[in-house]
Amino acid sequence: MSNHLKNITLRIWRQAGPAAKGNFETHVVDEITDEASFLEMLDILNDKLVTEGKEAVVFDHDCREGICGTCSLMIDGQAHGPQRGTATCQLHMRQFKSNDTITIEPWRASAFPIIKDLMVDRSAFDRIIESGGYITADTGGAPDANLIPIPKVIADAAMDSAECIGCGACVAACPNGAANLFTGAKIAHLSRLPQGQAERYSRVESMVETMDDHFGSCTSHGECEAACPKEISIDVIALMNKDFRKAKFANRKDLARK
Amino acid sequence: MTLTDELFAKNTVKLDSKIPDGPVADKWDNYKENMKLVNPNNKRKFKVIVVGTGLAGASAAATLAELGYQVDAFTFHDSARRAHSIAAQGGINGAKNYKGDGDSVHRLFYDTVKGGDFRAREANVHRLAQVSVDIIDQMVAQGVPFAREYGGLLDNRSFGGAQVSRTFYARGQTGQQLLLGAYQQFSRQVGLGGISLYNRSELIDIVVIDGRASGIVVRDLVTGEITSHAAHAVVLATGGYGNAFFLSTNAMACNVTAAWRAHRKGALFANPCYTQIHPTCIPQSDDSQSKLTLMSESLRNDGRVWVPVNPNETRPAHEVPEEERDYYLERLYPSFGNLAPRDISSRAAKRAVDKGQGVGPKKNGVYLDFSEAIERLGHDVVQERYGNLFEMYERIAGENPYETPMRIYPASHYTMGGLWVDYELQTNIPGLYAAGEANFSDHGANRLGASALMQGLADGYFVLPYTIGNGLAPLLNKPMPGIDHPEFKAAEDAARNRYNAYLAINGTKSPDYFHRELGKIIWDYCGMERTEEGLKKALELLPALYQEFKTDLRVTGSGDDMNQTLEKAGRVDDFFQLGMLMCRDALDRKESCGGHFRAEYQTDEGEALRDDVNYCHVAAWQWGGDPMTPNLNVEPLEFEAVHLATRSYK
Amino acid sequence: MAQVVTSHRGPVTGTATHQRKKRPFLLDLYSTAVGKKYVMGLTGIAMMGFVLFHMIGNLKMYLGATHLDEYAEFLKQLLVPIAPEGVVLWLLRGGLITFLFLHLHAAWSLTRLNRHARPVKYQSKRDYQIANFASRTMRWSGMIVLAFIIWHLSDLTFGVANTVGTDGVFVKAEVYNNVVRSFQRVPVSIFYVVANILLGIHLFHGTWSIFQSLGWNNPRFNNWRRGFATGFAAIVVLGNVSFPIAVMAGIVG
Repeated sequence: MSNHLKNITLRIWRQAGPAAKGNFETHVVDEITDEASFLEMLDILNDKLVTEGKEAVVFDHDCREGICGTCSLMIDGQAHGPQRGTATCQLHMRQFKSNDTITIEPWRASAFPIIKDLMVDRSAFDRIIESGGYITADTGGAPDANLIPIPKVIADAAMDSAECIGCGACVAACPNGAANLFTGAKIAHLSRLPQGQAERYSRVESMVETMDDHFGSCTSHGECEAACPKEISIDVIALMNKDFRKAKFANRKDLARK
Repeated sequence: MTLTDELFAKNTVKLDSKIPDGPVADKWDNYKENMKLVNPNNKRKFKVIVVGTGLAGASAAATLAELGYQVDAFTFHDSARRAHSIAAQGGINGAKNYKGDGDSVHRLFYDTVKGGDFRAREANVHRLAQVSVDIIDQMVAQGVPFAREYGGLLDNRSFGGAQVSRTFYARGQTGQQLLLGAYQQFSRQVGLGGISLYNRSELIDIVVIDGRASGIVVRDLVTGEITSHAAHAVVLATGGYGNAFFLSTNAMACNVTAAWRAHRKGALFANPCYTQIHPTCIPQSDDSQSKLTLMSESLRNDGRVWVPVNPNETRPAHEVPEEERDYYLERLYPSFGNLAPRDISSRAAKRAVDKGQGVGPKKNGVYLDFSEAIERLGHDVVQERYGNLFEMYERIAGENPYETPMRIYPASHYTMGGLWVDYELQTNIPGLYAAGEANFSDHGANRLGASALMQGLADGYFVLPYTIGNGLAPLLNKPMPGIDHPEFKAAEDAARNRYNAYLAINGTKSPDYFHRELGKIIWDYCGMERTEEGLKKALELLPALYQEFKTDLRVTGSGDDMNQTLEKAGRVDDFFQLGMLMCRDALDRKESCGGHFRAEYQTDEGEALRDDVNYCHVAAWQWGGDPMTPNLNVEPLEFEAVHLATRSYK
Repeated sequence: MAQVVTSHRGPVTGTATHQRKKRPFLLDLYSTAVGKKYVMGLTGIAMMGFVLFHMIGNLKMYLGATHLDEYAEFLKQLLVPIAPEGVVLWLLRGGLITFLFLHLHAAWSLTRLNRHARPVKYQSKRDYQIANFASRTMRWSGMIVLAFIIWHLSDLTFGVANTVGTDGVFVKAEVYNNVVRSFQRVPVSIFYVVANILLGIHLFHGTWSIFQSLGWNNPRFNNWRRGFATGFAAIVVLGNVSFPIAVMAGIVG
């Protein structure tokens, strides 16, 4: 049932630190089962490197279930590799063939500085959420959960965008290094729900402006949607743009009344 | 005199569980009425450190900051949104009785105590059931998109170990949605300046000064810098130790270091042998595998578990006729069927595989079959309910579960044991609190499905904010030691030496190698089924392997920058020490209960046989200077509201 | 023993904490990338209207010289006598120039932002999934179209780049003549055709992008957005490209 792949050449980006100059390093994996995940292959490589007294390749990973969003990697020019709707940690070697050469690069964006090798710092995403990606509801004062009925379609639509795992693939894949899909997904999630209406417009203004401080702009390539492991639609970007426009107008009207 | 009394008399630490007075249903209200408060304007004078930003940590930090405390939050992840709470799939229990099927706080309380095989503290569990109702309200208010009925009201499903539908869910990603809800609330406080977030910072020691937890020492994983942080109270919300098994459903970075360092500084570690083996994981496919993947227990709502009757069966699943299939859960436990509690389902699967009835290339799994559900409900309904889980299975196993039955097998998943805490979730070190999976309090010897999320949020949102205030109130305006105190310097130096020592060994084997070997020993001898002989053997093997670890470890790179090998070495070191304690605890507990199954203590039908006379207690271990010589302390468990009964799911 | 407590912490309540310096409303909107995309989109719509009507007007060529020349005269006479001759036309032209300028400025500043967002390029080859030739060459197709517009104006509006005919003088009002004379030069026609195909490519991605940028998103018509973009670009290109071909083929002239 399980087959073995032979002679996989890995070109892995090595970079000692944020300011250091990096380069590709070549390693050969002689044999690996196709049941192994891509990251297990890197584990095996690292184990070998450490045993040989060399430094292991640094890469971000954690849950290996495609949900925590810690893993990254540009694999053969695609964020999260060749399989659609799949995070790197869920990518398995059965997607590759014997004698393949696989190039692995860190994600590149000024908002995601490289920490070491393949690991980048994605704190800019946290800054966006901190600026308004929430519903203000202090612990303790919540009304009964069934007080506000939410139509199933609305709840489902909110869930579609709430699924975002914050991995940063959208930024990595975007030719402009834009984070509109990430920001749009959070805005679409919260703005679709009745609970999110109170802060709807202040939220979108604040989040979009924070996003501008770190990321590029959207030119509707659609690469983000293709790279997203949760296949979040770029419709959320349109929704964000619409709410942003309304926010600028609504705000003005409200301020004028004061 | 029972064994419990005998051991209790020998306690080296005074274990005061501080259970409030009154009938069990009134205890929490009584506590809240009598606790001390901190004036809103004084709260900002107190600093609280929260370590871990999972459900318990993020919710505690957010709520404490909302109240006005200064909060310093630490996570070894790059962001507060990554904690492994995010991977919980199935749901969260809440005694809302929205389905009108007879649920109540008392029933959730009873189910949890019973599910835990009567080894949990009654008062804590009741409080958990009480606040479960508030959790659902709170999370909905924060915008968690729980599944809804067409009319717009919340939907529920049923889960293992319960006969009512009380589980709220958001597709197969409930943990993710709840964690993101807590993370958003947490982030709001970071943005407002109520929380200072230290990411990529791993706790490596706890500082105790004059008997009180005064702060922590952390290592910045990016720069390797070791720094101290002082506070009035420290909350450890650092998760469980399931990765002691190496192969588990825990995330790769989950570790016991925070809890273990606290243990070494005097905090008692309770019931380490209570580990949960989850029945529905994808079986190991290869020896090089480093991680197992859980498939939500909710699959058992519609999937049927079976194995071929004939151990030599070679036909593909769909060709095996009905009469040659053994639907063993339905056969053995007719009233709960495929929804029998986790420990029971896991052992049943193990017995089938041990008898040679296992399926798959390595004959290491059992079938979870949806063909009947697809016939009954239609492909679309099954897809609606489990679509994303099916996709995940297909990605990992390379088989389409709509056509071929899934193969599943139990794997280490959750640890009920953890730091001993009293009713206030405070360890025996004043000022040091433990929340979520890191403590031992609520699940007894076995946790029911959809209860982990409930407990994490209960601790963080609705318990700690009260109990920490009660603990801090008397400290108002009293001077507290700062990070220039010699104890902090000493702890920093010790930590530095510890990490330098790993680098200096310069042996031949990687930390991963040792972790894998360690995990094999613990899985083989302290896994789903334990024997006296096996545990004794493990207690011989572990110190020997640990010795090898200390002399033959190889860590490359330096301690001055990002070095994942070095991080791993520190974590594996602590797993070794914990592993010895797990085996020791399992050896000493001469009964079977929940996740702890001793082959010597079982009924004729192979069910767990408890010994309520001698073991109705919490085993809380004190660090004895060496991992092999811990001191046992016991806290007798008293049951007022429920009667000890033999668990039966027949 | 040092006191650990500092009184430093944020306010207890609040929301959306990001505060920017307040600017006048439109500048405020334009200062963000999303706002600039609105400007790109809205000016894009105006210029789309122009290219469409420009093409439709030029179809008069097929009716003969008089029709086309009369149409040119009509444009000058727009709203006369409310406004003096040529004023409305110049207002329209002024509007177009402003839109073009805004479109260019927004494009230029967004490009700068995007360059800044990824200062170090990927060192290995990217494998694009969705991004197509049109979306990835907007900058180049835009710049070539701009160059074409300048050339086109000097050819047929100012006559600087027009071959002087038999009579040796460029007569602005003889639109038909000017066009025919211009397109009888093969390289000019080829440049014209190439530039118009690039215009079509630019229009295709631009038209579809407008829906995204302006937040016009509705499941009812989302599927039609690509079709509309293709159709619009195709009509404009087919119309425009037909002129030089018709001249070269001798159908017009």
